Amino acid sequence: MAETRTVKLTVNGTPQEQEVEVRLTLADFLRHGLGLTGTHIGCEHGVCGACTVLVDGRSMRSCLMLAVQAEGSDITTVEGLAPSEGELHPLQEAFRDNHGLQCGYCTPGMLTTLTELLAENPDPSEDEVRAAISGNLCRCTGYQGIVDAALDAARRMREGTS
Amino acid sequence: MSAEAYRDSPKRLEDPELLRGRGRFIDDITLPGMLEAAFVRSPHAHAAVSGIDAEAARALPGVRAVLTRDDILPYLKSEFLVVGLPSGAYKQQRDRPALAGEEVVYVGEPVAVVIAEDRYIAEDAAQLVMVDYDILPAVADCRAALEDGAPPVHRDGADNLLAELDVGYGDVDAAFANAAHVFGDHIHMHRGGSHSIECRGAVASYDAAGDLMTLWVSSQMPHSTLRVLVDMLGRDENQMRVVTPDIGGGFGPKLVVYAEDVVLSVAAIKLGCAVKWIEDRREHFIATTQERDQYWDVEVAVDGDGRMLGIRGALVHEHGAYTARGINLPQNSAESLPGTYVLPNYRMNVKLALTNKVPVTPVRGAGHPQATFVIERLMDRIARELGLDRAEVRRRNQVPADAMPYERPLKTRGGLPVVLDSGDYGACQETVLERAGWADFPARQEAARKDGRYIGIGLANFMKGTGRGPFEAVTVRIGTSGRIHVYTGATSIGQGTKTMLAQIVAAELGGDLANVTVTTGDTAATALGIGTSNSRNAVTAGTSAHVAAGKVRDKALAIAASILDKPVEELEIVGAEVHAKDEPGRIANIKVTLAEIAHAVSGTPGYSLPGGIGAGLEATEHVILDSPTYANGAVVAEVEVDIETGGVAILNYVLAFDSGRVINAMTAAGQALGGTAHGIGNALFELMAYDENAQPLTTNLADYLLISAPEMPRVDVSFRESPTPLNPLGVKGVGENGVVPAPAAVISAIEDALSPFGLRLSKAPMSPPEILALIEAARAGS
Repeated sequence: MAETRTVKLTVNGTPQEQEVEVRLTLADFLRHGLGLTGTHIGCEHGVCGACTVLVDGRSMRSCLMLAVQAEGSDITTVEGLAPSEGELHPLQEAFRDNHGLQCGYCTPGMLTTLTELLAENPDPSEDEVRAAISGNLCRCTGYQGIVDAALDAARRMREGTS
Repeated sequence: MSAEAYRDSPKRLEDPELLRGRGRFIDDITLPGMLEAAFVRSPHAHAAVSGIDAEAARALPGVRAVLTRDDILPYLKSEFLVVGLPSGAYKQQRDRPALAGEEVVYVGEPVAVVIAEDRYIAEDAAQLVMVDYDILPAVADCRAALEDGAPPVHRDGADNLLAELDVGYGDVDAAFANAAHVFGDHIHMHRGGSHSIECRGAVASYDAAGDLMTLWVSSQMPHSTLRVLVDMLGRDENQMRVVTPDIGGGFGPKLVVYAEDVVLSVAAIKLGCAVKWIEDRREHFIATTQERDQYWDVEVAVDGDGRMLGIRGALVHEHGAYTARGINLPQNSAESLPGTYVLPNYRMNVKLALTNKVPVTPVRGAGHPQATFVIERLMDRIARELGLDRAEVRRRNQVPADAMPYERPLKTRGGLPVVLDSGDYGACQETVLERAGWADFPARQEAARKDGRYIGIGLANFMKGTGRGPFEAVTVRIGTSGRIHVYTGATSIGQGTKTMLAQIVAAELGGDLANVTVTTGDTAATALGIGTSNSRNAVTAGTSAHVAAGKVRDKALAIAASILDKPVEELEIVGAEVHAKDEPGRIANIKVTLAEIAHAVSGTPGYSLPGGIGAGLEATEHVILDSPTYANGAVVAEVEVDIETGGVAILNYVLAFDSGRVINAMTAAGQALGGTAHGIGNALFELMAYDENAQPLTTNLADYLLISAPEMPRVDVSFRESPTPLNPLGVKGVGENGVVPAPAAVISAIEDALSPFGLRLSKAPMSPPEILALIEAARAGS
């Protein structure tokens, strides 16, 4: 049996504690250990960005991080973005309104990455949005709907409307 | 809601769950007691297999089984995936085995599978499987494959010619003999992989109580998968079910039935449990089909005004090691070469060459980007040689709108005539020229050059046969809940197919999208389905949905008329109810719900059905649409080339297309944008590289480049709508419109930017080092 260790962390506001193999990636821990399958795996080598989650507010590739490295951290996944069961986050609303997703596979990583951007820069330019998602690959949209959604969400969040 | 209201572009039904992270993709499926698989794959492009020692792997704690060919053969009636589309042009039959036997013929070919308690253990064990390989000579280049003395891709092969066909019509040699000018070129176009962000994957589960094997698979064509499983496993249709969950992109290769699907099904039956396999990205590079190289030697004959008299030449198409789909790719290329133009005489010899690489099958565009690249390169060549504007040469050769329907003396792969059914090709070209500022460009280019900037502009027209038939199945059923359920063999791979079908059905049945559910790609829900490829869903499934929904509407109204004792003409469906129509000055308050109607015809023992038109509120349609309908369009791309680095930036990109009536403007534009990104990638970035021994060199997304947001320009997309007469909705496919013209337009623009160097470009993709080398060679030569 491979070496294991106990990991304690907070995911989407809920404290979690599990015994995990030390080699288990954070992505696999979230998906299979906690059943949070919204975080997707696209390449397992840190290029595609589909597995991006927020670790203490910073976007991280959960495929390049081990679960045990997340000890003590506060993690937000795509499941943690919407404020309630009945509402979407303004960024999620804007993705729907601007056709920012097609197959939806890269979407969780796009949403988490852009959540970080908008927290740091509430009024980004188009170029800044494109730079922010330069590490997230999408094969469906040509990025235009995603960029439009991010700019629209920024406007809604600045104006306090969604 | 009228058909005209489709373009209101309702928000997609698919989105809320996907945005919340509640999609259900293949790797999101977890079943009780489920095991996980890892495949042992050939590391060699060509080798004899003399033995497999799996003892160490089997001994690893957590490993439940290691299966080789010998272990799965008792479960197989046939060990080969026989999937080739029919054609008389085959010289060799090269079907894939489920697991390799005594020979492996490409890097990535599956040799064995490890089944373990989790994927980590399965991968550990896969490393412990010892396979004895005796390396054989490998063929990497499809042209070299056809040379005398080339080593055979398969040991038992006399040569590497998989198939050969001649496509054409007219008296080509006479046309050339009488031409004012003849221009020739050697053109190479490479396309890479599909690279959906979700790789492939499958979960097979065997339920002994019901003797049922269920395969969930990330596939564009679950019904094809079931048919192959029936053929290979010898089990009946009712003992197996194939289901597609949410699919994270397809782009072609997921239309193929793969050995992994078969092996996983056998493993589930043999072990009596559920087994999951999720392809990783490296496997996607080496084991999922691709669309690699075409080499064209072509000549065009023109008159003194630049009008084409004929084209002749030869195409060598790389096929890979096996036939995983057919010979349809080079057939598409050769058939669509004339593009949007009048071509009086044509002859193309097509050879398909086996190589020791993963099989070649369609990627989004399916041979059309290559054909478009060739014909548009020739158009630019004619313009250049005759000193004409590139747009003007195209105008002179364009099939005129008043010639529609325009029949070419060519046949589709199914033997049907090629008939361009509708459209105004010239109008699309004029639209993009105007929106891109084509007329002003020479002045802008001159000004830029004074500043030391090399900008260029390129133009490409395209047409694309879409909606390949013969049909797609759609059932529309109103349940006793009053909800409208749609079931189809079409699969939903990101295009918004569920929303599109819900729009079409709701237009006939009360107008409320929220009252419609759509189930795609489940062989238990749809008996006879085909699946998704070739921009076909809106045309084939859309038409069946439209007709089926109309029949259900008529039935619902007839039963309501019986229940309400009103004439049918006075009734209409609004939301989930049938109302008597309002009359002037009087609001009718007579109604019956769809739920009540469905109840009424669901049957009560001993009582007659109302309406006298049978049981159930449902209809199933397989509307036959044999002939493809041809979408078309035009693109202008404007680029800047950095002559010090060879880097290319796209400054402006304008696409106008005609896919007939547009069902949902938002998703139609989205399809065009995504295809454009893929096509720009094919022009500038995507290269699936191999060494001379057919070892793949680009097996991760750092070496193989997909276009990312900063390189992608904002695209100006517009539609023309020339409804096709071939189906009742007037729709043509849209999914491949973006990708087909992009490489031609971008390469044309680069050539234009570099016109001071007198270069001609005859290849895609063009990398910065290649561009730089051409510039340096031109400078050295001048």
